[in-house]
Amino acid sequence: MTTTVDARGLSCPQPVILTLDAIKNGKDKALVVLVDTDTSKENVMRAAASQGYRVEAVAPEANGYRIAIAKD
Amino acid sequence: MQGKNILATRWGIIGVGAVIGVLAAVLQKLGNPGNMGICVACFERDIAGALGLHRAAVVQYMRPEIIGFVLGSMIAAYIFKEFRPRVGSAPIVRFVLGAFAMIGALVFLGCPWRAVLRLAGGDGNAILGLLGLTFGIWIGTLFLKNGYTLGRTQTTHTTVGWMLPLIMLGFLALTLIFPQVAGQDQSGVLLYSAKGPGAMHAPLLIALIVGLGIGFLAQRSRFCTMGAIRDTVLFGQTHLLSGFISLLVLAFLTNLLLGQFKPGFSDQPVAHTMHIWNFAGMALAGLAFALAGGCPGRQLFLSGEGDGDAAVFVLGMIVGAGFAHNFGLASSPTGVGPHGIAAVVVGFLACLFIGFSMRRKVA
Repeated sequence: MTTTVDARGLSCPQPVILTLDAIKNGKDKALVVLVDTDTSKENVMRAAASQGYRVEAVAPEANGYRIAIAKD
Repeated sequence: MQGKNILATRWGIIGVGAVIGVLAAVLQKLGNPGNMGICVACFERDIAGALGLHRAAVVQYMRPEIIGFVLGSMIAAYIFKEFRPRVGSAPIVRFVLGAFAMIGALVFLGCPWRAVLRLAGGDGNAILGLLGLTFGIWIGTLFLKNGYTLGRTQTTHTTVGWMLPLIMLGFLALTLIFPQVAGQDQSGVLLYSAKGPGAMHAPLLIALIVGLGIGFLAQRSRFCTMGAIRDTVLFGQTHLLSGFISLLVLAFLTNLLLGQFKPGFSDQPVAHTMHIWNFAGMALAGLAFALAGGCPGRQLFLSGEGDGDAAVFVLGMIVGAGFAHNFGLASSPTGVGPHGIAAVVVGFLACLFIGFSMRRKVA
């Protein structure tokens, strides 16, 4: 199962911290991050790219976005 | 999905920082106080004065720039479908953080925006302020690393997101109904300054238009001066920092061009030379901004896009300005106020208490 990080409703920079923690701790090469603002979406995508992760898909979902990131 | 947000790219944020830097220096040329083309803390303090929340006669003016920031951000948020009404992430704590952020900023005499504008104008005291700001934000990052959180917001009624923009529209209406009368310190319900920094201002319409423009651009680019330092310290991520530095460089160049660059430590406009308290005041402000997730400008832009918690932070800053002047906490060009040092100590204790006690439960 892919790890899901629920960062909805959290202030800056917590969505990025949670994403980086999941990247660091997780065994998965793929993650799903849920955010509720465009700022968080951009920040999470930027942080994922800085860790060598690709953004696989960004889909609007329930008042926010579902961001799928993965590494080879 | 919408098209790519160009203003959120590296060059986008650099461009927005540059525009703010130039406009701030130009606003100063057009009448705003020295090295205070735009200062979010100072201008909210002036608004508190205009409303009579404090009675410091020299800092009373309903600053149109602040009104423009909120409304410009709201316009951008609506155009790009980013207006999301949300609230409920420890609003009372954000109010207290806003109040102490203001008190710290008024011990230094400026918010992070003005700290770089002061540096860009040659005021060496700003270096101490910026070092303090960085120190305060660094403490904040330690809390963030250890799971500090104010909790999640909830989606709410659109009305909630409109509250601060409507308050700002109300302030604008008051300004139009009770305009400044030359030489008078009151017009209807609004207070004005007959002399001092509060008497120095660019023409209302220009200030409002600049405010609206910056509000629009800053909402799109997520410009944040606290985030600039925080992200660099916390992640080595220099995205926001490039905007902050671009503001400094362009304000400096514009000041050179306009003959507004005067290097030195003494006799700088609306500044004092007590290095320790310039450092400590800004350290308190930096810690409070870090714990609240944004610099004072960013809190205005977030309020414009529907963040009711950021709006509470803004109101905390305005009320904090009232306390700062009523209690003798704010500094003046002669140095710190009679109770400024005590207030910095109390503010640090309050912020540390919040930082230590509000942590995510580690599962």
